[in-house]
Amino acid sequence: MIVAERLLPAVLGLALAGAAAAADPGRGAGLYEARCGACHSLDAHRVGPLHRGVVGRRAGSAPGYDYSPALAAAAFTWDAALLDAWLKDPEALVPGQRMGYSVADASDRGDLVAFLLSVSRR
Amino acid sequence: MLIKTTPAQYSARRNFLGRSTSIALSGAAVALLAGNSRLAVAATGNPSGDVNILNVALGLEHEAIAAYQVGAESGLLQKPVLDTAVLFQSHHKQHRDALVATIEKLGGKPVMAKSNSDYAASLGAGGLKSQTDILNLAARLELGAANAYIGVIPAFSEKDLAKVAARLAADETMHWSLLANALGKPVPMAALSFGA
Ligand code: HEC
Repeated sequence: MIVAERLLPAVLGLALAGAAAAADPGRGAGLYEARCGACHSLDAHRVGPLHRGVVGRRAGSAPGYDYSPALAAAAFTWDAALLDAWLKDPEALVPGQRMGYSVADASDRGDLVAFLLSVSRR
Repeated sequence: MLIKTTPAQYSARRNFLGRSTSIALSGAAVALLAGNSRLAVAATGNPSGDVNILNVALGLEHEAIAAYQVGAESGLLQKPVLDTAVLFQSHHKQHRDALVATIEKLGGKPVMAKSNSDYAASLGAGGLKSQTDILNLAARLELGAANAYIGVIPAFSEKDLAKVAARLAADETMHWSLLANALGKPVPMAALSFGA
């Protein structure tokens, strides 16, 4: 049991990394423009916070953006798995968040996350 | 010309625009949203979650109003495109007023607009050099807003608010369609291209 508990996150992480490798950041860029572009930009805060560098950044921490108390208090750092969970159901990941927008299709989420990864590498 | 039309349709549209841009905002849209007293109670759902989503929607409307203002003041829009831009802006102002009234009715605090120069900067308005650039920006924002409004529908705890989001999405889709036509963009080949 203990072993399984320890292994599970690692296995999940690998599976997601595999999914991300198969994912298409180019398609993700188009999805980003159509689905996220109302509220987000890469380099400016709009209704939602800017996204460049989001992978590896603590949640709710981009300077100058007025986050919900819930997301501002989140104690995790964005990675592919957490972004996938956020896009699937933001309220389940961070109750009290303000985004309220979700992406139902897993391969769409994979492509979006691959795109966010591609704009986060320094 | 915003929309490719025959001269007869053109003058019909001129009349339409002429009338529409001079309408007094009656507040009818506000009543549509806020006249529902059941919303004031909203005891069944999650009013603070709903207020959060409505405030995000209000933020989109503030941004759209500013974008059309920047466009209208740029000197790049020719009549009758300018009139249409002002008409679309007036729709967004009615959305704003309706959302503010609804948020207040639910006991929330409506988000304030930022300054037009803040919006201009975050939208990259400095790079707008032509009427086409402005129409492209407007089309992008309207499409994004339509998709966003459809996307938040399932997140409302109150069904009446979900319907409001659908009605807002319909207005934005109508704007996008006219802008896309003016830009000579093709009609989407596939069905169900919005809000996927
Ligand atoms: C309707 C507007 C809206 C749409 C559409 C939207 N978002 Fe958001 N997003 C927000 C808001 C508002 C926040 C801030 C939430 C908070 O403070 O609780 C946010 C926060 C985020 C965050 C957290 C960022 C951080 O700095 O911690 C990520 C990641 C994110 N959004 C990704 C996306 C992606 C990817 C899409 C497109 C699939 C998308 N969002 C679509 C409004 C939106």
